[in-house]
Amino acid sequence: MSAMGSPQATGSNSSGGRPPAAIPHLAIDPFSIAFFDDPFPAHQALRDAGPVVYLETWNVYGVARYAEVHAVLNDPATFCSGRGVGLSDFAKETPWRPPSLILEADPPAHTRTRAVLSKVLSPTVMKQLRQHFTAVADATIDGLLARGSFDAVVELAEAYPLSVFPDALGLRPEGRQHLLPYAGLVFNAFGPPNELRQSAIARSAPHQAYIAEQCQRENLAPGGFGACIHAFADTGDITDKEAPLLVRSLLSAGLDTTVYGIGAAVYCLARYPDQLARLRADPTLARNAFEEAIRLESPVQTFFRTTTRAVDIGGSEVGEGEKVLMFLGAANRDPRRWAEPDSYDVTRKTSGHVGFGSGIHMCVGQLVARLEGEAVLSAIARKVASIAISGPVTRRYNNTLRGLETLPITLTAA
Amino acid sequence: MPTIHFVHPDNRSESVDADIGNGAMRAALAHGLDGILAECGGSAVCATCHVYVDEAWLAKLKPVGADEDELLDGTASERLPNGRLSCQIEMTSELDGLVLRLPERQT
Repeated sequence: MSAMGSPQATGSNSSGGRPPAAIPHLAIDPFSIAFFDDPFPAHQALRDAGPVVYLETWNVYGVARYAEVHAVLNDPATFCSGRGVGLSDFAKETPWRPPSLILEADPPAHTRTRAVLSKVLSPTVMKQLRQHFTAVADATIDGLLARGSFDAVVELAEAYPLSVFPDALGLRPEGRQHLLPYAGLVFNAFGPPNELRQSAIARSAPHQAYIAEQCQRENLAPGGFGACIHAFADTGDITDKEAPLLVRSLLSAGLDTTVYGIGAAVYCLARYPDQLARLRADPTLARNAFEEAIRLESPVQTFFRTTTRAVDIGGSEVGEGEKVLMFLGAANRDPRRWAEPDSYDVTRKTSGHVGFGSGIHMCVGQLVARLEGEAVLSAIARKVASIAISGPVTRRYNNTLRGLETLPITLTAA
Repeated sequence: MPTIHFVHPDNRSESVDADIGNGAMRAALAHGLDGILAECGGSAVCATCHVYVDEAWLAKLKPVGADEDELLDGTASERLPNGRLSCQIEMTSELDGLVLRLPERQT
């Protein structure tokens, strides 16, 4: 992808500027309930329309093919995050909360904060957590096998991360009921000003108050991720004012995402008994089985970038200051990149999927997510003979996250 | 186009063509090589493209960077003095014939 033509903007979201005619205009609203209920035909239409499309509902550009999504993710100088990774352009609108110092930041500022969180969530730290995370997952599956039938969203996908992640962060016991609503709010707020976003923000005050309080140093237990972040203020890597905002990043993005990821994996194994059988035959596939569920279901469906200059995307020019919506979920099922993209294959070579993003903003907590997913799927592989869906499966609606509201299942023991 | 010889733990060798300027990890992925996971796709997060560099080639590589050094402490298989992350080995024509041994485990 390279610069083409003048560096001036050719249009803007609010001024009614006309994009070049060569770019297909689509009426698809990717933030509508109908889209959430069945995004796949729309994903295909978005991919097949061209390398870049214009979405008339929200006056933004979109990329849905793997090649363009990957290219946009890996050109942060042209496609910046500092103007927000939702629809709202921070250059034109006041953000609903103080911007994230890592997600909604660009180099060089991003480089410093990213380095701190990378160290806090490093492979070495994961080694120290592995035994505990595995033991809790084993106990969780044992308990659920004893019950037999239950809702896998509440009792497994939510219960397991809630039983390991807040403690790993060092959160106080009080107030944890705010964590999932706050995360739901954050991911709804990346979307357009629709009912989901507006109602989430309208109800946000108590959740925001809890988060602000919980991010303070005195409220974070020694040894946890939160305390480790604050310790980087002592060494001068970050300031005292930045530390709570970086803790906030883990509270925003570290819990709900893994809930949706584990929910996606259990839903896959329930629908693909042949893949559960392969996983049971070789429990070392657990980590890849989780990764493949992230590819197939893409719990984080979309993020925006904003162009810093006029740029050529697939032969069409997009002007400066334009929002570009990346369809991560569509890229992860692009037949131009993946063989049999709609099937769940626990032995697939998944490297390169964009479910965690790609490049400098790729999920900094991906190792925690994988550790949790691997622990749960490994316990299932060793202990569970079958997973049957035993009631109505319903979807939870969020502007950014894709996942379930209910997943009633019945387990039988191996 | 330089060639990399990846040697599996069972001493089976696979030869892979690499693009100059890319990390050795990219060549392994493009070839579909088992033994290089590269979960983070080269974002220097995961330490799952761990390799042991054949002693004869060690001096020809650029030294380990600070970020890579920290990540190497987190590898699943033991860290050895010749351990590297293959995403950080930038291929050059001088590295034609590079021998990289694969560890028992990446996770």
